[in-house]
Amino acid sequence: MCSDPNKVIDVTKAVQDVILRIYRWDSSGTWGEDGRLVDYKVPVPSGMTILDALIWIKANLDHTLSWRAACRMGVCGSCGMFIHGKPLLACQTQVLKLHADVIEIRPLPNYPIVKDLVTDQSRMIDAHTRIKPYIIRTETPPEAIAGEFHQTEEELVRYLQFSYCLKCGLCMSACPTVASLQEFPGPQPLGQALRYVYDTRDEGFAERLQEIDNKFGIFRCHFAGACSEACPKGIDPAFAIQLLKKEIVKRAIMGCRTPESAGLMPAQQDNAVKAPNVPATPAFTVDQKK
Amino acid sequence: MAAKDNDLGIRGWVYAGRYSLQRYAYTLQRITGLGIILYLLIHLYVTAQKNAGEAAWAGAMDAVQPLHIGEYFLFLAIIIHACNGFRLVWAEFGLGLGRPIKNVYPYQTCLDRNRIFFYAILAVVFVLAVVGTADFFNLIRVL
Ligand code: HEM
Ligand code: SF4
Ligand code: FES
Repeated sequence: MCSDPNKVIDVTKAVQDVILRIYRWDSSGTWGEDGRLVDYKVPVPSGMTILDALIWIKANLDHTLSWRAACRMGVCGSCGMFIHGKPLLACQTQVLKLHADVIEIRPLPNYPIVKDLVTDQSRMIDAHTRIKPYIIRTETPPEAIAGEFHQTEEELVRYLQFSYCLKCGLCMSACPTVASLQEFPGPQPLGQALRYVYDTRDEGFAERLQEIDNKFGIFRCHFAGACSEACPKGIDPAFAIQLLKKEIVKRAIMGCRTPESAGLMPAQQDNAVKAPNVPATPAFTVDQKK
Repeated sequence: MAAKDNDLGIRGWVYAGRYSLQRYAYTLQRITGLGIILYLLIHLYVTAQKNAGEAAWAGAMDAVQPLHIGEYFLFLAIIIHACNGFRLVWAEFGLGLGRPIKNVYPYQTCLDRNRIFFYAILAVVFVLAVVGTADFFNLIRVL
C-alpha cells in the first residue's frame, strides 16, 4: 500500500464489511445484568479507525451506544478500550490493520463499567494523585526560588521518556496485579512516581515513599511487563517500576535520603549578550499594565 | 450512579489478553512456584510417615506411586522456575533492562532490551529439559 506514493486511496469508499462485536451494559438493565455482546456491521474504508467506526455506528445504526473520546488523535487518553484482545486507543487503531472479520470491543478491564464502553477511571486518578505527581521542594521553599533550575541534557533524558503519560489507563488494564488487588497503585501512578524521583529538581522522595512502598505497594509488581506492551506512548511503565524498586533498595541500603538536587541558575545575568542572529522579541499581545 | 465491577481478578493472572511470551512467563513462574510448593507438601507428608514406622512409610510410598510421573513435571517446573527466577531477580533490581531513552515512535521498551535474556533462559531450559527427559526415561545415564 505504501509502496506507491502517488496512488490515490479513496477513503470514502468501503473496502470491506467488518463486524464490530461490542459489549453493551447499562445500569437500568437494558442488556441484562451481565451485559451482552451486540454485532454491528460496518462498511470500512481504508484508514477508518475503531473510533471512526463507533461514530459511524452511532450515526447510522444505534444512537444509544456510548464510549468516551475527545481528541481523536492519541493525545487525550480518553478512548482506551479492550479491542480484539488488547487494551488499545480506539483513535489510534485502524480497523483493517487488525485483519479480522469480527472484532470484539469491550470496556477496559479492571475499572468499573459506567455504560457500554465507558469506564470509571477514578482508581488510577486517585492513586496518581496520592503519589504527588509534581515537583516537591523541601530544602528550598518555592517562594525562595528566583530563577531557573539547571538541568543537563543527560539529567533530562533520565526522566523524559516517562513524562509523556496520557493517563489513558491502558497499562492498568493490562496489569495482573491491578486485576486482583484493589490497593495496588498500578503501573501508571508508580511510573509517574519515578518520573519525579528521577527529576533532579525534585526533593520529594521521602514524602512519596509511604504511598509507593507499603504492604500493597510497588513490590507487588512481578514484572509481567504487560503494561509496557500496552502503553501507546512508549512510557514503559514496567521499566519505570523496576528502576524505582532499584532506587528504593539503593536508598534503603545506602541510607541516603535525597540526592543532591538541581542548583538554581543565576536569576539575572546583567552582562549577558544576545546572539546576533536571534530575532527581536515580538510585541506583547496582552496589555501589560493590567 | 451504579457501575458494574469489571476486575479480571485471578483470571487476569492466567490470561489477560494477546500479550507476548514474556508476559506469560509471569503466569508460568507463578504456576511452577505453586506446583513446587505442592510437591514439597506431599513430600514432607510422605517422608514424615517414617516416624510411624517402616510399614506406614512403605504404604505411603505405594499410595503416591501413581504420582511418580509428577516428579518429571516437578523437574520441568524447577528448571523453568529457577532459570526464569534468575532473570527476574536481575530485572527487578533494574538490571538487564537498559537505560531510559528518548521515546521516538516506534517505541522501544525494556522488554525489547530484556528479550535476549529471556531467550537465553529459554535456551538453557531447553537444553536442561532435553538432558533431563532422556535421563528420566532411562535413555541415557547422567548421574
Ligand atoms: C533456584 C531456585 C529458585 C529461584 C532462583 C527462584 C526465584 C524466584 C523469584 C525471583 C520469584 C519472584 C518472581 C516474582 O517477582 O514474581 C519466585 C517466586 C516464587 N517462587 Fe521461586 N525460586 C526458586 C525456587 C523455588 C522453590 C524451591 C519454590 C517452592 C518451594 C519456589 C516457589 C515460589 C513461589 C510460590 C513463588 C511466587 C510466584 C509468584 O509470585 O508469581 N521457588 N521465585
Ligand atoms: S503509562 Fe502509558 S498506558 Fe499507562 S496511562 Fe500513561 S500513557 Fe497510558
Ligand atoms: S480520542 Fe484522545 S486519545 Fe483517542
